[in-house]
Amino acid sequence: MNDLAPATVNAARHAPAPPLAMLMELTHRCPLKCPYCSNPLAMDRARDEMSTETWKRVISEAAALGALQGHFSGGEPMVRDDLVELVRHAHREGLYTNLITSAVLLDKRRMDELAEAGLDHVQISFQGSETALADHIAGLRHAHVKKLAAARLVRGAGLALTVNAVMHRRNLHQLPAMLDLAVEAGAQRIEVAHVQYYGWALKNRAALIPTRAQLDEATRIVEVARQKLEGVLNIDYVVPDYYASRPKACMGGWARRFFNVTPSGKVLPCHAAETIGHLHFDTVQEKSLAEIWAHSEAFNVYRGTEWMPEPCKGCDRAEIDWGGCRCQALALTGDAAATDPACGLSPHHAMMKELAVAESAAGAEDFAYRMIS
Amino acid sequence: MTLTADSVPHLPRHVRFRFDAARNCHVLLAPEMVIMPDAIAVAVLDAVDGIASVGAIADTLAARYEAPREAVLADCIEMLNDLARKGMIAS
Repeated sequence: MNDLAPATVNAARHAPAPPLAMLMELTHRCPLKCPYCSNPLAMDRARDEMSTETWKRVISEAAALGALQGHFSGGEPMVRDDLVELVRHAHREGLYTNLITSAVLLDKRRMDELAEAGLDHVQISFQGSETALADHIAGLRHAHVKKLAAARLVRGAGLALTVNAVMHRRNLHQLPAMLDLAVEAGAQRIEVAHVQYYGWALKNRAALIPTRAQLDEATRIVEVARQKLEGVLNIDYVVPDYYASRPKACMGGWARRFFNVTPSGKVLPCHAAETIGHLHFDTVQEKSLAEIWAHSEAFNVYRGTEWMPEPCKGCDRAEIDWGGCRCQALALTGDAAATDPACGLSPHHAMMKELAVAESAAGAEDFAYRMIS
Repeated sequence: MTLTADSVPHLPRHVRFRFDAARNCHVLLAPEMVIMPDAIAVAVLDAVDGIASVGAIADTLAARYEAPREAVLADCIEMLNDLARKGMIAS
């Protein structure tokens, strides 16, 4: 997604290039219960969350390390009383500040405070194009109308707005209306993101995964809309791996551009990395971000290309897709160091596609809402 | 939107342009985007202040670098239009 010449980042023994972005999961608390939440199944509780002062230190360390973008996320980051203070600190440290929110808690006063603190960009998730389905998926009544009102506040404050449209079997028929919603809301961008199946989404995959016909129709709709809306709305499109023939460059490559800090202070190469149970993750309480970025075992284990198995090793796409996604490799093959089965060269590729075809055809209805157990 | 010599370009509220000490280069930041402009682009972006027209920017740069004004103007227009298409320059 970043318009950047590919940086050369090799094995652990070389100093890695600085990260581009830090995702701050300020909390796992959230008023919504979306069944595809990217948070882990075992979530941090409020009492585990880091203090304002610790987060400010983390933000300063990230800026000094070279991170350019700071994404405030969760859970729902707006449940934290200190969000404005943290945004102001990140802005002063030079980070480009982005709020990733459900927006159901955004009112005029907090919007004005966030804008004044230097917030640059707001991403609001939408679960559908109309109240009944959107509120059902979110597991919260009146969520959809609150989001529409919040989008107007963002534009009123002069901030950039991205609509995050998370798509799956239940709401794909609303994609054209979701695009209309983004235009009417005055968004500059929409992320049409098919659910990625980790954590909660993996648990609920049978109820969410689209059929091949649905996916093809969505891709056609996006292509037409891109032409029609050029200069009005930028459309980022994330396709589901299960029907792909090449893997995505997950996170732009493990530990190449991005890191994630959890509510309790663990530093992860991606937000799903804790599913790889044998990895140990350092915390910001124990070590500096600079030390973790350069030396953490969890960052170096899949960084670069030296860890790669056949057929990744020596593949001319090794530095394009970086072997795909480690969490997906583990979830579907049992081995986090295997080639991502989204790749047509993986021995598990056919199994992955068959799973998607069979589950989407079976049409399971029930899903489990995200909740802290 | 296409910029001409008479257009007055500015950075939109959501675009940031600054020097990055960690990489020792300038960066242009927007939602989910990081661009590292080359030295010529940096000179142009430094002159973008919401007051100067593209023509005036070209005058300044042509004088500073002792370069033909028409060629500088063409480069400025092309570069700024490229950024405008990405939503990183408004006028």
